[in-house]
Amino acid sequence: MENLVQLTYFGTAALFILGLRRMSSPNTARSGVQWAGVAMVVATLVTFLTPGMGNYGLMILALLIGTVAAWISAKRVKMTDMPQMVAIYNGMGGGAAGAIAAVELLKGDFDSTGLKALAVLGALIGSVSFSGSLVAFAKLQGLISTRPIQFPNQKIFNMALLAATVALGLVLLPTNFGLFILLFFAAALAFGVLLTLPIGGGDMPVVISLFNAFTGLAVGFEGFAIGNAALIVAGTVVGAAGTLLTLLMAKAMNRSLWSVLVGGFGVEQDQGEVKGSLKPIDLEDAAVMLAYAQKVIVVPGYGMAVAQAQHKLREVADALEKRDIKVEYAIHPVAGRMPGHMNVLLAEAGVEYDKLYDLEDINPEFPQADVAIVIGANDVVNPAAHRKGSPLYGMPILDVDKAKNAIVIKRGQGKGFAGVENELFYADNTRMLYGDAQGVLGQLVQSLKKL
Amino acid sequence: MDSTWAALYIFLLAAFTGYEVISRVPVILHTPLMSGSNFIHGIVLVGAMVVLGHADTPLEQFIGFLGVILGAANAAGGYAVTERMLEMFERKPAKPALSAEGQKSKAEAQTQDAKR
Repeated sequence: MENLVQLTYFGTAALFILGLRRMSSPNTARSGVQWAGVAMVVATLVTFLTPGMGNYGLMILALLIGTVAAWISAKRVKMTDMPQMVAIYNGMGGGAAGAIAAVELLKGDFDSTGLKALAVLGALIGSVSFSGSLVAFAKLQGLISTRPIQFPNQKIFNMALLAATVALGLVLLPTNFGLFILLFFAAALAFGVLLTLPIGGGDMPVVISLFNAFTGLAVGFEGFAIGNAALIVAGTVVGAAGTLLTLLMAKAMNRSLWSVLVGGFGVEQDQGEVKGSLKPIDLEDAAVMLAYAQKVIVVPGYGMAVAQAQHKLREVADALEKRDIKVEYAIHPVAGRMPGHMNVLLAEAGVEYDKLYDLEDINPEFPQADVAIVIGANDVVNPAAHRKGSPLYGMPILDVDKAKNAIVIKRGQGKGFAGVENELFYADNTRMLYGDAQGVLGQLVQSLKKL
Repeated sequence: MDSTWAALYIFLLAAFTGYEVISRVPVILHTPLMSGSNFIHGIVLVGAMVVLGHADTPLEQFIGFLGVILGAANAAGGYAVTERMLEMFERKPAKPALSAEGQKSKAEAQTQDAKR
């Protein structure tokens, strides 16, 4: 029986890696996650055959509660809320790793101190991922402010708390006191919360990705502690992949991981002088401007996602293409809340992905574009990023300011996540079209039809 | 070589595997990929089940019970979210006009994307 279980875990690990590999192409991605899904179900069922186990009633009850609750909420949630769902499920994985460690530490029978140290390390990382992900979820869901939450001496306090947590973890190695175990977990959980609170909403994708890597590592370490190769392989693969993904995301935002974690982005920054004024445009004029263009570049951002405007955007693009106008989409690496966020939404609306261009490919095209239409994007099109001293300095941006004309669809006059005034909006060839993206685009379709 | 060392080598190889597998993924799949890898560490469920299966005291049972709930939610929720995202990348049947050649050149364009 033990061999059957181990053989299944072996196959599971192989299918997970193959599945991840298949996710590297849009054509095979879905089958990739399905392979991994089958492996997960088989591994879960086979685990019931592990020799010498009890508590089956509790196990099945817990399985049912977790699976049904998560499945239903994942199916019901809107596509725009996906990032926080990733955060919360990831946090639960970290919590599960922490729970494994807690039980093992209470039992206290480890083969070696080295294995116990890995269990403690996994518990620390998993607990931080758990409480941190919950805070990230709360911020993205709007339950708490997305602004960085700060207090005096925060960094020193956080460092001291981390040091105390590590010290408690070290104390656990030779001892077995329940009180120390409790204190250790309490300190680790508190550190996760305090680590995430000062980080602004704009940096959340990087943080979620980092916690994803954390949970992977924690799962890998607990795999060592309980001698389960499937956990070691799957956890470590995710830990490595997640770390790489985190660095890629941070790089795309021109933020070092360190500066993200120190937090406080967009607070008390020198704003600089912004010249010019905001010039509104009405719908009919915007429609005419678009209808007589030859080339239009669409720049979607988080505002489009919030308004669920991707379908209306597609209708506008269709109407323009009917007039033989070339329509291209410029996708900033961190437009929306996560890399690829815009691609997912536009794919949902049926936009072919060969019309979507990355930053390096589309930037040389802007000077040839008659109109660039910005939908709910802000910081990623702010030319202030080219100017030294701006808080955005150095972030790669889409050169919308180089287009012959720009139309900015925006709900109001608020600032972007970075809290920086957008110089593009004040430029001579920029016109502001205020309103909810979905409504505005819907009216644009009507106006275009009448022309 | 004892089993701890063998496990450390597994760790090393798995880390490189994770790194290599991801470095080939085009940007447009980064969000689904994060979600997909989030699902894969849902395997922690299996570990939580084994731990609950061996729990003796009520406290151990309680923590193990919580662990299985959390692990199951990670696996089930992670799968459902990833599946929903990737569903959208399926080719729409409404576009049969795309020739086999067009498909091929698209695939090539993507490989180039991935290489960059």
